[in-house]
Amino acid sequence: MLMIEDLRVEVEGREILHHVDLEIKQGETHALFGPNGSGKTTLLMATMGFPSYHISGGRILFKGKEITNLPLNERANLGIGLSFQRPPTIKGVKMRQMLEICGKGERDIESMARSLDFEGFLNRDLNDGFSGGEIKRSELLQLIAQGPEFFLLDEPESGVDLENIALIGSVIETLLQREIQIKEKRSRKQLKRERRKSGLIITHTGYILDYLDADFGHVLVDGELACSGNPREILKTIKEKGYDECVKCCGI
Amino acid sequence: MAWKREEKKALAKEAREKVATYGTDINVEAYSPETGAHPYQEDLSSFSQDEREQMLKAGVDLAATNRSGTFVQKDLSVVHSRSLQEGMEIMDVEEALEQYDWLHEYWWKAVPVDMDKYTARVELHQEHGYFIRSLPGKKSIYPLQACLYLEEENLAQDVHNIIIAEEGSELHIITGCATAPHVKHGLHVGISEFYVKQGAKLTFTMIHNWSENMAVRPRSATIVEAGGLFLSNYVCMQPVGTLQMYPVTHLVGEGATARYNSILVAPPGSVMDVGARVFLKAKGARSEIVSRAITTGGKIIARGHIVGEVPGIKAHLECKGLILSDDGVIHAVPELEGHKQEVDLSHEAAVGKIAQEEIEYLMARGLSEEEATATIVRGFLHVEIEGLPQELKAEMDRAVEISEKSLL
Repeated sequence: MLMIEDLRVEVEGREILHHVDLEIKQGETHALFGPNGSGKTTLLMATMGFPSYHISGGRILFKGKEITNLPLNERANLGIGLSFQRPPTIKGVKMRQMLEICGKGERDIESMARSLDFEGFLNRDLNDGFSGGEIKRSELLQLIAQGPEFFLLDEPESGVDLENIALIGSVIETLLQREIQIKEKRSRKQLKRERRKSGLIITHTGYILDYLDADFGHVLVDGELACSGNPREILKTIKEKGYDECVKCCGI
Repeated sequence: MAWKREEKKALAKEAREKVATYGTDINVEAYSPETGAHPYQEDLSSFSQDEREQMLKAGVDLAATNRSGTFVQKDLSVVHSRSLQEGMEIMDVEEALEQYDWLHEYWWKAVPVDMDKYTARVELHQEHGYFIRSLPGKKSIYPLQACLYLEEENLAQDVHNIIIAEEGSELHIITGCATAPHVKHGLHVGISEFYVKQGAKLTFTMIHNWSENMAVRPRSATIVEAGGLFLSNYVCMQPVGTLQMYPVTHLVGEGATARYNSILVAPPGSVMDVGARVFLKAKGARSEIVSRAITTGGKIIARGHIVGEVPGIKAHLECKGLILSDDGVIHAVPELEGHKQEVDLSHEAAVGKIAQEEIEYLMARGLSEEEATATIVRGFLHVEIEGLPQELKAEMDRAVEISEKSLL
């Protein structure tokens, strides 16, 4: 689904990502770990196509199509969706209107908002005065409306209180089609095969992994992918021994 | 009428050459002071298609059923004037002067007759204008509408309007100024004096739809008594040659409130110098001045001045400008003036281009750069106005929408 090859990205003339390779297949969810400033957000932003994240080398393919030089909106329309960490406030543009934009006017906004307990915000200016947790819910709601095939989620759990983290976790689980439907007598393998949605999730704390299983984990250090493997094991190592040890374990 | 008219006229004569504080000085002699009279039109459906369309762009809907009264002045003739609700008066101001001898007490009470050459000119050359009044305790069910229309090329239209919301009444007005499509030049000087009595509420929405070379010099002032509310909205998103106005409100009674909202869009060649000034003279007075300005090549000076004269008042000034062309200029001049310790005055001003971050946010949701820009500009122009009746909000939205199309 997403193939990143030998990617180099510059921000304000400084190379942040060096020769990153990453493949995410359809139906897979990958978790991205890494210390502050290691380039995690840069990887997401460059994949989405923000112009200030300049791709100086390598290429990005999505569904087999090269998107390295495509503008943001074209990537969005191909099926990539991103949740912003710190989205801007846009005065005069209502939450409802933004959801109409995301859903191209074809979605039932009221019921979507209800699923995230967000109906009260529909007539508010976009992100105006929203708390950290409200921003997360707003971003997820926009993604629900947008319905991308591939999700780029930047720390979806940060700033969310304990009460809401389960809600957010389960919404992401649904978005990525990772909920296990016990009633249906299908094996995990079958479910996995039927799963269409994929994603790359930055997580600092790993809390989000309590709510959904990621297939793979990666550790980004100083702009390079230092380690890949089982996300829970990686998280455990990072928590117990820190990033340095984790990278050593990976044998780099 | 032995009242002080002669005195006023004498003052006006002396101020005939007095250059205004703001705005380029206009050679008023270049405009024709007279033209032929237009016949009275009892039936609103008898107005031509052109007239209706031009008026509609200025928020005056001759076909609407949700209006409590209509006044139309074409050039120098009052061609229609009728109230549809008891307790709401709308008429030719000269007729009102004959009908009510107390009206002279309001004449040049809020606006000084010798303020500048334009006020002086209106006293010396005035041709009509409207008188709108809500009787004590009466509430207008629908807004009243008034239109000042220019059909004659290069004419000077000098009008004097008096608006009174009597005690405890509620009055909603929409006024539109428009020119016929063929009119390129002209001068419009409109004096408007507003009186909001105790506990009354007056909302006044004015939409201007001029042409490229019009010179416009409105002169307005308002006096608000205790517990009164004055809400003024101004929309000018169509080209104009030179427009300058700096309306003033005096909040003289305890708890009096004034709010000004203005939405300005200046295309290349247009100069708009628009502000609002509020004097807070009584305890508990409140005021808010909000302006949104966009230039696509023209010049906008957005002024605001709040003067806190007594303790226990609160006022805020907000001015935001978007520059969509490097040929345009937005000059924000917010002024706060406190005369006592216990005043609470604040302002917020920002002028610049659309934030790239906002455009990218919308693009990440699938909009093209142009669509994203349009969405942000539309949001910018969408000012939420508390206390505005539905009909007026709809007219404002419509005016904004019409202009957006040419803007984007």
